[in-house]
Amino acid sequence: MKVIKNGQPEEKSWTHLADEEPSQTGPCTVSLARWLQEKEELLKSPNAVGVRLSAADAPESLATDLDAISLIVLDMHPFTDGRPFTQARILRDKLGYPGEIRARGDFLRDQMFFLSRVGVDAFELPEDVDLQDRLKAFEEFTVTYQAAADARRPVYTLR
Amino acid sequence: MYQYDHYDQTLVNERAAQFREQTRRFLAGELSEDQFRPLRLMNGLYIQRHAPMLRIAIPYGLLSSRQVRMLAHIARKYDKGYGHLTTRQNIQYNWPRLEEVPDILDDLASVEMHAIQTSGNCIRNTTSDHLAGVAVDELEDPRPYCEIIRQWSTLHPEFSFLPRKFKIAVSGSQRDRAATQVHDIGLQLVKNAQGETGFEVLVGGGLGRTPIIGVVIRPFLEKAHLLSYLEAILRVYNRYGRRDNKYKARIKILVKETGPERFTAMVEDEWLKIRDGMLLDEGELQRVSTFFQPHDYLELPSKEAGLEQHLLSNAEFAAWYRRNTVPHKVAGYRAVILSLKPHGTPPGDMSDSQMDAVADLMDTYSFGEIRVTHTQNLVMADVRQDQLFDVWARLKLLELATPNVGTATDMITCPGLDFCSLANAVSIPVANAIQALFDSYDYLYDLGDIRINISGCMNGCGHHTVGHIGILGVDKKGEEWYQITLGGSSSNDASLGERLGPSVPRDEVPAVMERIFLTYRDLREEEENFLETVRRVGIQPFQERVYESH
Repeated sequence: MKVIKNGQPEEKSWTHLADEEPSQTGPCTVSLARWLQEKEELLKSPNAVGVRLSAADAPESLATDLDAISLIVLDMHPFTDGRPFTQARILRDKLGYPGEIRARGDFLRDQMFFLSRVGVDAFELPEDVDLQDRLKAFEEFTVTYQAAADARRPVYTLR
Repeated sequence: MYQYDHYDQTLVNERAAQFREQTRRFLAGELSEDQFRPLRLMNGLYIQRHAPMLRIAIPYGLLSSRQVRMLAHIARKYDKGYGHLTTRQNIQYNWPRLEEVPDILDDLASVEMHAIQTSGNCIRNTTSDHLAGVAVDELEDPRPYCEIIRQWSTLHPEFSFLPRKFKIAVSGSQRDRAATQVHDIGLQLVKNAQGETGFEVLVGGGLGRTPIIGVVIRPFLEKAHLLSYLEAILRVYNRYGRRDNKYKARIKILVKETGPERFTAMVEDEWLKIRDGMLLDEGELQRVSTFFQPHDYLELPSKEAGLEQHLLSNAEFAAWYRRNTVPHKVAGYRAVILSLKPHGTPPGDMSDSQMDAVADLMDTYSFGEIRVTHTQNLVMADVRQDQLFDVWARLKLLELATPNVGTATDMITCPGLDFCSLANAVSIPVANAIQALFDSYDYLYDLGDIRINISGCMNGCGHHTVGHIGILGVDKKGEEWYQITLGGSSSNDASLGERLGPSVPRDEVPAVMERIFLTYRDLREEEENFLETVRRVGIQPFQERVYESH
């Protein structure tokens, strides 16, 4: 697994625990369902905890837990399901989540620019991808018409 | 009309470059069919029966002569010498080669055009009134808002992978010529009690398999909130629209299944949270509006002696004037509709040489601009009355002066089975067979205003459900049959047509039409038009006449 964070390759890796899998040392993520069930126990561990959202999950379920969560993973599958784009906006704009939001799963290189605009700041990629090529995906557009969750300014404020 | 600045141009150039790279990756096997599909669709590229079909965006239907010349060039160089105008005011080409599409996009970018979001599950071309800016019944020109919506929706990072396609139409006139009630979002400019102009917001209209008339979810929206309200609607849709069944994925199904009241509450709730953070920028609205100021019209008399003379002495010209020109809000001018429905040709098709010639006419007679109508015709909106006769004579040579606008032979048709891989049945030959019923204009004019819409399958690209007469092609054990509906409309009095009865085989469609026309002629009262008669008497008399010998 390779990770790009804030436009840079990153080393730190997370273990994504399946619901039945026992906890491990080191940073782990769990599904939203497991989080809601086991959060008190999970928070006792010294390890950083992240939560994985599937496209159907409501980010608002995490509203009161955001301070305790170090990573939110948006599981994308299939890539044509656009709900994670809205989940990211809700986490950033409405819930004010400042931590890492990571896209994982079945997303295309061609969606990474859009994902970076809605608030996703990290991307989990298969080992065999060319990271340098993926990094270029963020630079395909230098003009953005609308405001989103990123720092890119909408064109009308520049005119 | 709107002119790109270097930001607009850069974005379109960058999009063309991105698609060139995507096409290269697909052809090199780096992108699978499934991965490439949504990417190419978001650039208007379908894989069709014979070849790819490329749909090019014409924002709210408005074109400059320079752009029309480029469309002619594309038809010549990359296609078989013609293009097809669509019901969403776009143009599509049926014969480009996939490998050449990036070159076409570069050519388009050179004249401020593109194919962005002309297909796919994203926000499509914003459509509008083809008489915007010149209509006598206009409250306010809707085009600045269309352009603002175009920019907001272009490469929208959150709404590019929606459950299904999403279409917005804006109308600024009393008479709805933009079919706003059958769009995912319809915006109608209205005045409130304080005399301020804002938008009535309709949601959940649409044609296709489940035709539905939109519902008003906000009777008056202040202009400053236009984009925040659209964003709230799209966010609710992106989140809750169905993704388990593509035939139930349009927003109309969400509105229906949620219930309009609850859906409205969800939108309003979302909107309250975001509206103050995304007010429409006053300066930007003003900047965009400057591109849609009235042309430098001359002061002309409203009565023109030369025109009056021609109308009296030339019956053919007079017929064209009556059917194919409409009043203009400035005295001495009229809007001229170019009929792309000459009898016996595919409705909405235009050749490269016609495009080039029309571009010249636009420059000479109509400030270098033209509009595409959602009924697949063109409008030169600003023609001087004293030049109408010349314009008519020139259009006649180009076969663009068929005096049939609004009549039974001015049909909307989809490309049908001849071109489209979705279709069950042909559309164009059916349209041509109906046109062949009319060997005299007297008969056509006697029937008056009739909208006949033909779709080759239930996806409804030919808008059959809102035709006064709708014709839908169905597959019956490998044979082409047609289901007829009566009483539909997409105007202010929007309604869905009612099924006349069992479908009929292709070769019987013209005879059935004849019986419908004759029934109308027998039953109409005074000046009543076809739709009014159907609404008054119901479909039963038509059923009896059509099926009496079956």
